[in-house]
Amino acid sequence: MLVVAGAIGLLALIVGSLLGPKKGSRTKLMPYESGNDPSGTARERFPVHFYIVAMLFIVFDIETAFFYPLAVAFKQFGAFAFWEALVFVILVLIGYFYVLKRGVLDWR
Amino acid sequence: MTAAHFWITLLKAVLVALALLTTFAYMTLVERRLLARMQIRRGPNRVGPLGLLQPLADAIKSVFKEDVLATNRDRVVFFLAPLISITTALTVFGAIPAGRPGGFFGANPWVFNLDIGVIFILAFTSLGVYGIFLAGWASGSKYSLLGGLRSSAQVISYELGQGLSILGLLILVGSANLRSIVHWQYHHGWLIAFQLIGFACFLISSFAETNRTPFDLPEAEQELVAGYLTEYSSLKWALFQMSEYVNMITASALISTLFLGGYRGPAFLDAVVPGISGWPYLWLLLKIALFLFLFIWVRATFPRLRYDQLMRFGWKVLFPVALLNALLTAAFVGLLPGLSPWILGLVSLLILIALLALGDRLLAGNRKLARGSAGD
Repeated sequence: MLVVAGAIGLLALIVGSLLGPKKGSRTKLMPYESGNDPSGTARERFPVHFYIVAMLFIVFDIETAFFYPLAVAFKQFGAFAFWEALVFVILVLIGYFYVLKRGVLDWR
Repeated sequence: MTAAHFWITLLKAVLVALALLTTFAYMTLVERRLLARMQIRRGPNRVGPLGLLQPLADAIKSVFKEDVLATNRDRVVFFLAPLISITTALTVFGAIPAGRPGGFFGANPWVFNLDIGVIFILAFTSLGVYGIFLAGWASGSKYSLLGGLRSSAQVISYELGQGLSILGLLILVGSANLRSIVHWQYHHGWLIAFQLIGFACFLISSFAETNRTPFDLPEAEQELVAGYLTEYSSLKWALFQMSEYVNMITASALISTLFLGGYRGPAFLDAVVPGISGWPYLWLLLKIALFLFLFIWVRATFPRLRYDQLMRFGWKVLFPVALLNALLTAAFVGLLPGLSPWILGLVSLLILIALLALGDRLLAGNRKLARGSAGD
């Protein structure tokens, strides 16, 4: 499936670059900036907020990933699994409320 | 794996990919027609009867368009980004089971069957973020960069809610295999009844994951031109569109499989037409169509959110609610074993209504505050 999907995408890209006119001019190939000449580079530094969201995502997503095996095997443990899950969720929530309190998730 | 097995799998993969692309093509037409109807217009109806040849015309047009290669681009990544998008989008669908084993002319009606089916699908769809982010970065345009950044932050934020919202389901079923989940629902009833909160969270995050309205900020044309698509043209642009729609189709199929009984229909209809609930493909296609219609309907109905609202909702509402749902289900299964899941369904319904009412109260309070400060 992966190979087939990749092949379709590659085929489309090659066909697209073979067919179709190629008449570039300096202004046409310029990065779009509402018709003005672009000022400065587009490889700018971007707000640190995006990095923080990405890092938080990794932390919380790994915590979710730890929950999956417990969830799948839940019925074999019964009540013990629930207390385990509760402790785990409380640990997650401590981190979550810390992040909330620090105002990391407030966008301005 | 024998040679025959290999060829059959390859054939199925090609069939699934072609079916997805055809569905994509007609989905664009259906969407434009339906949107037009909802806005009291007619929509495209010139090319062929009822406009049925419109997707073909669109395809030919985008193939013969010029492939504009902006000077500021990163050569390799600019080429790779659409490829990543479409590959991840098309691959995922192979995991969706479309019928009983051996139901497809003696072959199994799925391309691959994994024990971690649900997790595989979530993981692979999230790989699609690379396509979007790299496209934004490689274009060398500020609009693209901003669009790509926004989009990737949005997708990963809602990924969390989505991942958490299926935890309750996994606890109830006890397996992450999509076929086992369908099988469980056949015996116990559809999971939407027992996992209403999970379903709501999953549905909302699916809209955000596929960048659809009301979460289509990456393409907020009033602010960002076309977001990460700004510098793309001809077939490269078409590939991004394709992957967005294919992701939508996959999301619909996944929701149907997880919460609406998958390829099996409601059993009570068997009284009317014997055996109708077991008809292959009919039910899965119907359910996919239902959710695709929902995607279009929502697009015609809701305005776009603001970016801070979007992030706030994802982190401060969806995340805790999904966690609450997981914990509720855990308590139910762990502490009260043997109780009918219908009771859990009832409790979920009540909690969902309470949450909605609470949200409404909070919103009304905010509005009053805003009006008060505007009056100063």
